[in-house]
Amino acid sequence: MELLNILPPELLRIVITAVIIVAFTFLNCMILGYAERKLAGFFQMRPGPMEVGPWGILQLMIDGVKLIAKQLIIPKDSGKFLFRIAPLLAFMPVALSFIVIPFSEKLQVRDLDLGLVFMLGIMALHVVSTLLAGWVSNNKYALFGAIRAVAQNIAYEVPMLLSLLSVVFISNTLSMQGIIKAQGPLWNIFVQPLAFIIYFVAAIAETNRAPFDLPEAESELTAGFHTEYSGMGFSLFVLGEYTNMFFVCAIATVVFLGGWSGPPLPFFAYSGIIWFFAKVYFLLFVMIWVRWTYPRTRFDQLLNFCWMYLIPFSLVNLLLTAVGVKLVK
Amino acid sequence: MSQLEQTKKEHTFYLNMGPQHPSTHGVLRVLLEMDGEHCLENEPVLGYGHRMQEKMGESRTWAGFMPNTARMDYLSALIYNHGYVGLVERMLGIECPRRAEFIRVITDELNRVQSHLLWLGAYLLDLGAFTPIMYTFDDREQILDILEDVTGSRLTYSYHRVGGVARDIDDKFIDATRAFIKRLRSRFVIYEELVNGNIIFLKRVKDIAYFTADMAKRYGLTGPCLRGAGIPYDIRKAEPYSIYPELDFEIPVGEKGDCLDAYMVRFKEMEQSLRIIEQCLDKLPEGPSRVKVPRRAKIPQGDASYSVETGHGELAYYMVSDGTDVPYRLKIRVPSFSNLSLLPELCRGMLLADLAMTMGTLDLVIPEIDR
Repeated sequence: MELLNILPPELLRIVITAVIIVAFTFLNCMILGYAERKLAGFFQMRPGPMEVGPWGILQLMIDGVKLIAKQLIIPKDSGKFLFRIAPLLAFMPVALSFIVIPFSEKLQVRDLDLGLVFMLGIMALHVVSTLLAGWVSNNKYALFGAIRAVAQNIAYEVPMLLSLLSVVFISNTLSMQGIIKAQGPLWNIFVQPLAFIIYFVAAIAETNRAPFDLPEAESELTAGFHTEYSGMGFSLFVLGEYTNMFFVCAIATVVFLGGWSGPPLPFFAYSGIIWFFAKVYFLLFVMIWVRWTYPRTRFDQLLNFCWMYLIPFSLVNLLLTAVGVKLVK
Repeated sequence: MSQLEQTKKEHTFYLNMGPQHPSTHGVLRVLLEMDGEHCLENEPVLGYGHRMQEKMGESRTWAGFMPNTARMDYLSALIYNHGYVGLVERMLGIECPRRAEFIRVITDELNRVQSHLLWLGAYLLDLGAFTPIMYTFDDREQILDILEDVTGSRLTYSYHRVGGVARDIDDKFIDATRAFIKRLRSRFVIYEELVNGNIIFLKRVKDIAYFTADMAKRYGLTGPCLRGAGIPYDIRKAEPYSIYPELDFEIPVGEKGDCLDAYMVRFKEMEQSLRIIEQCLDKLPEGPSRVKVPRRAKIPQGDASYSVETGHGELAYYMVSDGTDVPYRLKIRVPSFSNLSLLPELCRGMLLADLAMTMGTLDLVIPEIDR
């Protein structure tokens, strides 16, 4: 207790929060990794992992051990330092985004006034690590993947922001809690269905998931930007991807699905958290579902779809929303 | 060097697709000259798995070469068997019993369906869809189980014999085959819902990689790709062998010759194969399934050829004999080799993603090319 008195309480909070965030990142990755494999098995009419532990729940731990034990092979003519730093960069920005996520009315690190912008800004850094990884690998397939990732992410960021902006017009705030509270009983998905669809498509593209997983398209590019990565380097990219998925779904939940709000559950005090996670993981389920159903698009078709359909539609939606808001006021 | 060539030199770079690449489906190396994601020139480099099958055919007896036939194209192994025994029977002047001919056609067609099912899954894997390959593998397993019961092996069959087949089929085989036909017909509905109406799939395969009829003829293209270009050329109809003239089936053809047509032709071919199997099962005559042929029978002097339709196109065996029991010369014309030779012209200026897909459309089996 002596130590606790000496330390400023703010520092203690920071340390505890950081530990929880890192622990949750890994936990989320494990849950999603397991869900991905089990759901893939379900969609493909096969059992999925079964051997390690009951229903194969320990499979992910075994995989983790395997990945840690593997040697990290660094190609001869690659940039050694940047090659090592790139997977860490994939992981770092996503950990920062946790700061503004409102898990419930009270459980949030900081409710920034510009919470949404902060989160989108941090998430956009993800592409830097992809570019870096592809470029320093000194491998043409990896470079292809990196270039694709940049073009794709820049293109899809535009409709994503435009669709979120139309919701911000209605709720009149950029704070995460503010957006949730502005929704009331009628969630934004019912007010802005088009914006939600555009956002979700863009979110799948942002996180490089199938059918938009062009940066790592294995049938064309062997493994894309992480071709040369093995062991822990590779798994950090996977970790980054899964955490990024969690964030885009968390934003969708906050902005379109009413965040932690919902009818009270038996565990009254925690019902907000339960609702929040239920909504997020439902969206993640949809993402996994889409991945195991659709074939991959071609790169030019992917960009055309964004510039020719998503952006015009989101602009029209934004215009209509602006007119509507003006008329109501 | 002209200005244009100078710019080309500065802008392009070489990319090795293979020998270890997911979409070459084997140890095939394609050297690509790329400009960004566009492939300007491409050159298939062969020979990584060359085993001199033809030379082996010339250094062992005709009976001893039998197992090799299955190892060239592991997806149409039984049809390869059929072609070879057909050739030797033609050389020796042996008439095969009618029951054996029916059994051969049934097993051939099962083998063809199996080959197309694997192609369907692998092709969609090339397009990035993982789930269909699990479904088609499930169906393919059923065929392999049926064939394993009667032939004793699951992939490299040596079931056909000169003068018949190795073992007669029984009621269990017939029941299992009928049950499988019923099952596969219900599965086609799933594939149609999952794949054929998918907009991403249609966008990827429509109007890609035209096989014009002229080009197809120049390169000796055969099989479903040729039929996709609208030419109804199938050895089973054009140069009928075995009991195919007695059977009622259609040759599906496409219109334009793009990837979608080749896809649809294969899809419809599976249905036709099921029809053929049903007819054969209905008409199956009684009688012996094999006549005695001495294993070291001398092949009379002369030459002969025999063509069959495998899952990938026309397979032709040509044998010259000098009167011993070892062929003097054995030439095998494989479909995938001439199908592959189309690739450089077909894929000029194509995107890398389309190139991987075009190779999938041609349905290359590398051990067959590097035989």
